[in-house]
Amino acid sequence: MTESNDSLMIANVSRRRFLGGMAGASALVLAARWDMALASDDEKKYGAAGMPGGWVDDPNVFIQIDPDGAVTIVNHRSEMGQGIRTSLVMVAADELGADWDRVAVQQARADQDRYGNQNTDGSRSMRHWYDPMRRAAASARMMLEQAAANEWGVPASECEAGVHEVSHKGSGRTLGFGELAEAARELDVPARSAIQLKPIDAHRYIGQEAGPVRGRDTNSIERPMAIDGEEIVEGSATFGADIQFDDMVHAVIARPPVLGAKVASVDDSEALNVSGVEKVVTLDTNSEPAGFKPMGGVAVIASNTWSAMQGRDALKIDWDTDSAGDNARYNTDEYRKSLEEAAQSPGKVIRSSGDIGHALGNAEQTLEAVYYMPHMAQAPMEPPVAVVRAKDGRAEAWAPVQHPRAAREGLAGVLGLDKEDVTVNVTLLGGGFGRKSKPDYILEAGLLAKEADGRPVKVQWSREDDVHHAYFHALSVDRLEGALDADGKATGWRHRTLSPSITSLFQEDPEHKGGFELGMGFNTMPFDIPAIQLENPEAASHARIGWFRSVYNLPHAFAIQSFAAEMAEAAGKDHRDYLLELLGPARQINPRDFGDKWNYDEDPSVYTIDIGRMRNVIEKVTAEADWGRDMPEGRGLGLAFHHSFQSYTAIVIDAEVGDDGSVTIHNADIAFDCGFQVNPERIRSQLEGACVMGIGIALHSEITFREGRVQENNFHQFNVPRMEHAPKQVRTHLVNNDPDLPMGGVGEPGLPPVAPAVCNAIYAATGKRIRQLPVADQLAG
Amino acid sequence: MTTLTINGTTHELNVPDDMPLLWAIRDIVQLTGTKFGCGMALCGACTVHLDGEAIRSCTTTVGNADGGSITTIEAMSDDPVGQQVQNAWLDLGVAQCGYCQAGQIMSATALLKQNTNPSDAEIQDAMNGNICRCGTYNRIQHAIHYAADAVQEDT
Ligand code: FES
Ligand code: FES
Repeated sequence: MTESNDSLMIANVSRRRFLGGMAGASALVLAARWDMALASDDEKKYGAAGMPGGWVDDPNVFIQIDPDGAVTIVNHRSEMGQGIRTSLVMVAADELGADWDRVAVQQARADQDRYGNQNTDGSRSMRHWYDPMRRAAASARMMLEQAAANEWGVPASECEAGVHEVSHKGSGRTLGFGELAEAARELDVPARSAIQLKPIDAHRYIGQEAGPVRGRDTNSIERPMAIDGEEIVEGSATFGADIQFDDMVHAVIARPPVLGAKVASVDDSEALNVSGVEKVVTLDTNSEPAGFKPMGGVAVIASNTWSAMQGRDALKIDWDTDSAGDNARYNTDEYRKSLEEAAQSPGKVIRSSGDIGHALGNAEQTLEAVYYMPHMAQAPMEPPVAVVRAKDGRAEAWAPVQHPRAAREGLAGVLGLDKEDVTVNVTLLGGGFGRKSKPDYILEAGLLAKEADGRPVKVQWSREDDVHHAYFHALSVDRLEGALDADGKATGWRHRTLSPSITSLFQEDPEHKGGFELGMGFNTMPFDIPAIQLENPEAASHARIGWFRSVYNLPHAFAIQSFAAEMAEAAGKDHRDYLLELLGPARQINPRDFGDKWNYDEDPSVYTIDIGRMRNVIEKVTAEADWGRDMPEGRGLGLAFHHSFQSYTAIVIDAEVGDDGSVTIHNADIAFDCGFQVNPERIRSQLEGACVMGIGIALHSEITFREGRVQENNFHQFNVPRMEHAPKQVRTHLVNNDPDLPMGGVGEPGLPPVAPAVCNAIYAATGKRIRQLPVADQLAG
Repeated sequence: MTTLTINGTTHELNVPDDMPLLWAIRDIVQLTGTKFGCGMALCGACTVHLDGEAIRSCTTTVGNADGGSITTIEAMSDDPVGQQVQNAWLDLGVAQCGYCQAGQIMSATALLKQNTNPSDAEIQDAMNGNICRCGTYNRIQHAIHYAADAVQEDT
């Protein structure tokens, strides 16, 4: 989202070395890519082709087959729990015909020139890589078939790859993949136009909810396919925090409590007396905009994490907050009031149709509501952590990172090296949720590596560090006004959205949300209402704002889906029926017609705003949840839907509010349409997880600032859901598993409709409308 | 010198008595399956067994554990109950990122050793201290029942 398009695509292309070239790249030649998708600079590129690094489908880059038949598939996207290391490997293994038991995955280092785009965010991995990965594996399969044909002296058309072997149709002869690997490697990669993909119904892994059990002795014969499953349950999976070297030193950093504050003076005498502490280093505070730069502060380097933490506690630091300017006066209570006031006046018009003034002035009934969503921290379970070693003009990093290229280029910057001299190894991520898209913590380790005499340095963030110095989800004020006629039909809709923009990371005072932020469910608002006015008044930023799973879809969906329920109530109509009425008949809308130039960087003629698919998930989920049934006292059903990341989600929450104001979520029904489903089991797990996270957003997650300082410290103050908050039951209903539909995202689109569905359920249960998140103790008393 | 017995192996450690067990296990003994999540006994990522009880190693000092018998996630494959819990986790696809799951498995195993047939409420009681930011709670709940069935079949 923040990357500019690279104008010239260069990739390693070789006609001669396949199925074995991953380790030795010596014979590779540099060639300009000729892919049609990349042919013209003037032509707008969409999807993976529009991303920096583009896509690569060379089997030589992704697939290796050893003479013993072991298949290694390179995964170049970051694994943070979405299951991409399993799902992309399923795609490749299936198309190749590999036996799941003999497939291993190798995680790619940061190298976008070689692998194509690696920036794992925006729910893009499968959407962008299903096709290239299939082509790479199909090419490899065809080369194995050709190698067998050559061996037997028969036409390739008579040779067919089965499971890990190629057989000859006439004679029944077979050769294993391993036996064919060396001969296949000498062959040309088939021209892209000649690649034969397997028919969908020939797939053995893609689309399956469970697969063969690997390795471990167990009673089961099938279970969800999970490449890292055993290592995780045995404690041997390697996250960023788990990187160890015998000569490694450990660092923690006291960062400026206010964004932009500087160290005025530091007394480190006591810190240096702590046993195990080696060194104290003052780091420069970078000027704003914050970007992905380290924040500065004072670092303590020690022989172990505990000593470093104790050393930090013993530092006496005077902070100069003058350099932080306005940030030092940032107070979220006051800031919120200022946005609520600004929401009373017109703002930059983003979309306008019909005459909103007339509609509101001549309505039978009007209503107005102001919604608030606070700052939040991503708080991945693994706090930011990174290891960097700088030695002999080279650097090597090991880190849990969503955006490997930014880490590599950022490290090259702080260390004064060429990026070719920087290696970034991508570990498993203990959660990401957008936090690990920003490599500031890796660059900190880079700065400290210069102080460590060639030894690796691990920078470990505490939970307090993570809560204080997240790239916060932007707080948001959304004001909505609606006009209804005598029949309760909506005749006018005005929505003003105000919140600081993520672009404030990269430029001073952007004042308005960027196109990609408005495109997250604001200007794409789908209701068919005669007069619509969408505005974006100014809002300044006083903290580091950044991507949080599903990003600005969160406040937009919360406001729109809550207000639609309020309008239904005002109209005296059933919420589900009213939503379907607001949507109007099934049709496809070009996002450009709504002024959305972004559309998640996908082709608007392919990826439309599909009202039929919205209606379908609403109808499906309400049928499954038995919408309209009588509910016991204090209990209610709440509905919401949202379209984001090119997928469609609708959810019904069954919530009970106790006499003490506590909320119990009994059931969640989720209908989800992402088009074709590669790994339905992981789709379900993402929806379940998003549901839990969304309940936390609704009920209790909030970050506040006073005098520029975050007031929450750890999980006793920044509340995230625990088992008691999870729905007693979550049921996922996957619809439209159609290979002809353009593929949508999975990791994020489950999240936006959860909070409004919870609040709509609370309204159904109690008659109390929640407009300010989190619910916290608003229902008590 | 502190003597820690971890997964049956005795380690003589030259660390201050007030060092949390978590950092001794991770940084000194270099068993990294046990995770750091909060440092304040709020998240359960660091859960290990001390003489059979599930404890938070981030707030238990090395001094408190001196002489005790510590079991970590790395030993669960050798534990009949731990093994069933691991299998249940795999059969039901519990893990997402996996970072919290060592702690979840340690808490669940300790529960099943004390109560072979826990109710939903008992599971919630035992597991509420273990945060999963990926939100795998429903599957954890199911997996504990599933493992309980397997443990009962075993005995
Ligand atoms: S790290 Fe010990 S409970 Fe969180
Ligand atoms: S699986 Fe990611 S925190 Fe639990």
